[in-house]
Amino acid sequence: MYDREKQSLVSLITMVLILGSYTLYVYHKYIAGNLDILNDFKFWGKAYLILIPVSIAAQIIIHIIFFTINKIVTNEGAPAITDERDQLIELKAIRIAHWTFIAGFILSMGSLATGVQPWVMLIALIYSGFIAAIASESAKIYFYWKGF
Amino acid sequence: MSKCFISNNIRKLRFLADEMTQQQLADKTGVTRQTIMAIENGKYSPTLELAFRIAGVFHTPLEEVFSFDEKVQKGKK
Repeated sequence: MYDREKQSLVSLITMVLILGSYTLYVYHKYIAGNLDILNDFKFWGKAYLILIPVSIAAQIIIHIIFFTINKIVTNEGAPAITDERDQLIELKAIRIAHWTFIAGFILSMGSLATGVQPWVMLIALIYSGFIAAIASESAKIYFYWKGF
Repeated sequence: MSKCFISNNIRKLRFLADEMTQQQLADKTGVTRQTIMAIENGKYSPTLELAFRIAGVFHTPLEEVFSFDEKVQKGKK
């Protein structure tokens, strides 16, 4: 497995871990036994704003740890060059993420249009962003594995 | 993904250049070894700039490194 594939795989696992643990944390701290909070927009605003920096910080820390361990084990550092093929794969992955998120956005708006509770839309938005990121990293792994 | 109609002689040219490794060619052209491998295997068509840089490493004209497979292209139409 090449460096870029490893990097995407680490990102993928990190995202699943972050969202999984953050969902559990929010559920146990706020939602459990207090379901009224689901309709509190202040709560959702805070949940979104905290998730973004937490996920960025966690991604950076996990990548540093991974590349340090990888350097010790395989004597290979982080990828030094981003060439034209890497950029093209990145663009294709971004396009896939974009369309995945758009589909999630339309679904979340559809849930509002059909009269479902607003918190369903907010959860759908978080998860469509998360699924878009997973689709992006999976696409990168696929393109690198396939050769292009 | 679009089909790659560009074939190349990079493997042969590397052999003639004292069995130059893919990594050495990658270092000389400023790309990764995986990109050179993908080009050699016909999985990726390089940009014109990279194609010229590869040809420059072997001191050969571009058309001696890369060729366009017109038969495949016509068959596709």
